Amino acid sequence: MKEKFTTLISTAVPLSIENIDTDQIIPARFLKATTREGFGNNLFRDWRYDAAENPKASFVLNDNRYSGKILVAGKNFGCGSSREHAAWALYDYGFRVIISSFFADIFKNNALNNALLPIQVSDAFLLEIFNKIESDPNTSITIDLENQKVSIGHSSEHFDINAYKKTCLINGYDDIDYLLDLRPEIKKFDLLHK
Amino acid sequence: MTKAKTLFEKIWDAHVVKRQEGHPDALFIDRHFIHEVTSPQAFDGLRKRGIGVFNTARTSATADHNVPTKDQHLPIKEALSRHQVETLRKNCEAFGIELYDLGHPFQGIVHIIGPELGLTQPGMTIVCGDSHTSTHGAFGNIAFGIGTSEVEQVLATQCVLQHKPKTMKIEINGSLGKGVLAKDIILYIIAKLSASGATGYFIEYAGSTIESLSMEARMTICNMSIEMGARGGLIAPDETTFNYMRGRKFAPQGEDFERKVEDWRKLKTDDGAAYDLIVKFDAADIAPMITYGTNPGMGIKITDRIPNTRELKEIGEYASFNKSLEYMGLEGGSSILGKAIDYVFIGSCTNARMEDLRLVADMVKGKKKAEHVEVWIVPGSKQVEEQARKEGLDKIFEAAGFELRSPGCSACLGMNEDKVPAGKYCISTSNRNFEGRQGPKSRTFLASPLSAAAAAITGKVTDVRDLMDT
Repeated sequence: MKEKFTTLISTAVPLSIENIDTDQIIPARFLKATTREGFGNNLFRDWRYDAAENPKASFVLNDNRYSGKILVAGKNFGCGSSREHAAWALYDYGFRVIISSFFADIFKNNALNNALLPIQVSDAFLLEIFNKIESDPNTSITIDLENQKVSIGHSSEHFDINAYKKTCLINGYDDIDYLLDLRPEIKKFDLLHK
Repeated sequence: MTKAKTLFEKIWDAHVVKRQEGHPDALFIDRHFIHEVTSPQAFDGLRKRGIGVFNTARTSATADHNVPTKDQHLPIKEALSRHQVETLRKNCEAFGIELYDLGHPFQGIVHIIGPELGLTQPGMTIVCGDSHTSTHGAFGNIAFGIGTSEVEQVLATQCVLQHKPKTMKIEINGSLGKGVLAKDIILYIIAKLSASGATGYFIEYAGSTIESLSMEARMTICNMSIEMGARGGLIAPDETTFNYMRGRKFAPQGEDFERKVEDWRKLKTDDGAAYDLIVKFDAADIAPMITYGTNPGMGIKITDRIPNTRELKEIGEYASFNKSLEYMGLEGGSSILGKAIDYVFIGSCTNARMEDLRLVADMVKGKKKAEHVEVWIVPGSKQVEEQARKEGLDKIFEAAGFELRSPGCSACLGMNEDKVPAGKYCISTSNRNFEGRQGPKSRTFLASPLSAAAAAITGKVTDVRDLMDT
């Protein structure tokens, strides 16, 4: 059973860079753990800390003005490696929603499998969100999963999510429960496909 | 009459165990590969649920990401890496999975050993917790990378829940110019389509240029499908495929094999089948390629200038583009030819097969590397390493000042001991030039094995065709 997701109201952290790959989200040298926990400490490690392990003031996660459970990022977020550690790191750090104008496929699946909601918005709405939170970091964003709506101030936009995945998130189910129920049918299939 | 289908659709539809309205398809997986990095949490999941592996015969394991490429007979020095490899060993033993561990004659990079052992076959569905699983598509199958939760699904049920992607055909016709390899073809395509241009699609590569390629070259192309966002890419199997497979360890043998070939010959896209997108390129337009930025879409012909911001299509790209060039220490508008390099890495699941090593050996035979350059040649598998030594390539490399190491992912991903130091330039035959990919602050130029070999000799980014003239 995963954490259930219905509505979220939170301030957000803006990271207006495009093509953020999973090597930036969690560099390979931190993938050596054999559990799912603790990856948040190394989230965006090489952007967050300098070679002497001191926080880089210029990076948004080290900027005290910004905080919250929502990360807003440039297009093609999560491209590259299939490492699920990227989703674990974002979740472990405290993020529950990522907003971008485009997500890489494998990352999107990995996020949804870990109660981390990727929300794809239009380029124009993404720009509006960036502008609003940058001009007032206390601006909150509302995510209404039931009605598939993301709102900031007086603006809002509908977002798409597969009906099945939505049910999973709202109820805290995961895919494996669904597949385990299919095992008798899978067994037959397996025998026929030697 | 049945609907005309693409090869992708035929294989996909033949593997759907359950299709339910509003749900992703439950897709049966014929072959599952695992390695030490993305599997431990999946095995833990099985333990928590108190279940075993659904069909152990369909999963094979190897250790590749974390392994050292020198002194592999000694214990791994780094404690966390050693622990991860030991955890894989324990999990495989506890759950009854075949493991090609360090020291085993079949050990190697997971995407190199699958095809080499004949585990990878046409018409299959293949997954692995690694995005470069797309490599296997070269044999005419559906192969794609998955996350660890999905690895757990496959171990527990031999299925994954997946939405059927859209289909794209990339057709390339004509003959390739001098010095142009499969790596140049795929870097060219990615430069044209961008690092996200194929997201949501599954690609079929076709056309006379593709048909003329060896299996090794086809694997290089399919391998990098993910670098433009595609889940995978496949190529219809043909005589080249069957000839490569005949006699491989786990391929069907003798008459069984010939019977299988008859089935595999039917694995083609039907006439009149519709793709969601078709893109065509002319092989004559492809030249030796190189990347200058921090995603694989930032590639140019090696003789071209690096673009400047004025040439970008969207204003939104400015910040990311400038950040990229700043990271690389390069100037927009300047030439990349002649740029001094410090390291050469010939290896990875993209370019570490016998064909790659032979090409490099041919190019460097009787030559010597530039003094300031360090050159690592990392074979993709133990079998490749053995074969290279048998053919005497190790002697050629040694005479040129190159080091032939032992198999592993090595400097492709900065996870093991092989890292490029901060600020240094590496011309690499691997697949990703992301910031820090080859080690913190390392700078990567992606190129073909020939271009990498040429740079090793001259010590700078070089048009390989200039060396071929001499």
